[in-house]
Amino acid sequence: MSQITPQAFIMGMSALGAGLAMIAMAGVGIGIGFNAGKTVEGTARQPEAQGTLLKLMLVGVALTETAGIFALIISIILLFANPYA
Amino acid sequence: MELGPRIIFTIGSVKITETVVFGIIISLLILLFAFLATRKMERVPKGFQAAGELIVDTVYKMVGETMGKENLRFAPYMGTLLLFLGFGSCLGLFSLRPVTADINCTVPLALVSFVMIHYNAVKAQTAPGYMKHLASPYVFMFPMNVMSDLMFPVTLAFRIFGNILAGVIVMTLLYGALGSLSSVLGSSIPFFVIALPLPLNFFFDMFEPALQAYIFVMLTMVFTSNGMHVDED
Repeated sequence: MSQITPQAFIMGMSALGAGLAMIAMAGVGIGIGFNAGKTVEGTARQPEAQGTLLKLMLVGVALTETAGIFALIISIILLFANPYA
Repeated sequence: MELGPRIIFTIGSVKITETVVFGIIISLLILLFAFLATRKMERVPKGFQAAGELIVDTVYKMVGETMGKENLRFAPYMGTLLLFLGFGSCLGLFSLRPVTADINCTVPLALVSFVMIHYNAVKAQTAPGYMKHLASPYVFMFPMNVMSDLMFPVTLAFRIFGNILAGVIVMTLLYGALGSLSSVLGSSIPFFVIALPLPLNFFFDMFEPALQAYIFVMLTMVFTSNGMHVDED
């Protein structure tokens, strides 16, 4: 087994961390799916409220996605603007 | 892969990047549109004036619905924010780097919104009432309320920055992949780039900027009106 330099070790661990950070998107997917399901149910119950429900769904999707965007920012920083290397 | 904006020129030790240049160009274009729309105003509008009246009516109606009819003085700032964020983020359609894909563009706007929200809250509730509102419903909730108020501009800035930057990365990767696919088939012109990226272009350069600008303005409006109205119960 060849020697692993400290630089390579840090870069490898950063790549691993960048991949692990995106596990947060699992929760985001569940949240947005729940939101969309409730919107469809509300539209089936009262079809003339479709415009209002669609606007509220989009607001909910953008707010839920913020948590996933934080995980994406951590991944991008670890890969491209790594403070340890 | 180079992720930051290119530096176009430097004045002394200040680096002028793509973001600054495109931001200035967008501001000048919006000013030019406003100038053309109000040049010779007639009672029955047509042309530029009709488009300008449509935009102003939409913004004033949105502000009136969310903040109440007595707070229409916030409408110019909200309209400016909506136009600048909307047009600044859809520059990917012209294959330029979007202005809001730079953290230096979204953090100042979020800080301006933050200062506006808390200045109006203190002015409407008078400082002791504002402190009491931070310590409600229990006194030990004070650090949590302070922390959630301080995190608000951070999430506001990072939401639009992260979404637009993700769009930039995906489009760069897609164009690179289509270009190398075209060169595998033997020609030096990337002809696979002609119509294939169009659905992703629609999503990342037309739908996302509109949605994120609308969310930014809507959150600013809701928090401002919450800070001003909470002393009535």
